[in-house]
Amino acid sequence: MSTNSGDQSRGSWTAATRGQLERRLPWDNLLPDRQPYWVGSWVYVFGVVTIAALAWVVASGVILALFGPQWWHLSRAGRFFNSLHSWSVQVFFVFMVLHLWGQYFMASWREGRAPTWMIGVVTFGVSIATAFTGYLSQQNFDAQWIAVNAKDAINSTGVGGFFNVLNFGQMYGLHVMLLPIGMVLLVALHVIQVRMKGVVPPIGRLSQPDVTREMTEK
Amino acid sequence: MDQPAGYLHAGFILISWPNLFLIGIMLVIFALALLLPFPGHAADDQTEKKS
Repeated sequence: MSTNSGDQSRGSWTAATRGQLERRLPWDNLLPDRQPYWVGSWVYVFGVVTIAALAWVVASGVILALFGPQWWHLSRAGRFFNSLHSWSVQVFFVFMVLHLWGQYFMASWREGRAPTWMIGVVTFGVSIATAFTGYLSQQNFDAQWIAVNAKDAINSTGVGGFFNVLNFGQMYGLHVMLLPIGMVLLVALHVIQVRMKGVVPPIGRLSQPDVTREMTEK
Repeated sequence: MDQPAGYLHAGFILISWPNLFLIGIMLVIFALALLLPFPGHAADDQTEKKS
C-alpha cells in the first residue's frame, strides 16, 4: 500500500514541494526554542526590534489609510497616528541600519548565507522606496516640495515616464499596497532564510552543525 | 520646529545637525550593544561549555 502511494506521489509537484519543505525547513528550525550561546548579545536584538517597528508601521499605516488625509492632518487622533507612523518608521530605519552594521562586521554572508544577505539588501532598497513614496503621500506642502525636487532626479534616470512622483494616486497606491506587501514578504523570506541556515556564528567559532556534531560525539 | 535645521559644513561634508546627532546616537547604541552584558548570557554560556 505504502509502495503504491509512493508510486502515486512520484512526479507529483505537491509531494516534491512537501518533501523539499520537510527537508529544508523542519519545525525545529522554523520555531526553535533554543539558540546557540553566541546569540546572547544585544547585537542580535537589532533585527527583531526592526521587525517590531515594522509591525507598528503597518498597524498605524492601516489606521491612516482607513480614515484618510483630512483626518490625519486635522484631527487630534489623526495627528497622533500620523506621528506614530512617522516615528515608528524612524525606529525601523535606525535599527535596520544598526542590524546592517552588526551583520556586516560579522560577515554574516558566510557558510551559505549569501541569499539571506542579498534578501536583506533588496529589503533595504524596497524600504527606501516605500519611505520615499510615503513622504510623497503626506498630502501637504512638504510632499509637494519633495515631489517637485525629486521629479528631476527621477527623470534623469529615465524611469520618470513609468514612476511619476507628481502622480499622487500612483505614489499612494505604491505606498499603501504594493510596496508594503513586498516588504512583508521579503522580511518573511529573510527570517525563513535565517531559520533554515541558523544564526551566523562569530568569526572563528564553529558553525551550529559543527557544534551539534561535537556535542553529539561527546 | 517650523524652521529649517542648521547644517554642519566642513569642506565637502554637508550634513544637518539633527542627522549628525542621530548618527551619533546610533553609534552609541551600537557600542552599548557590544559592551553591555546580555541578561542570562553568562549562565547559559557556562552550561553549554559544561555539556
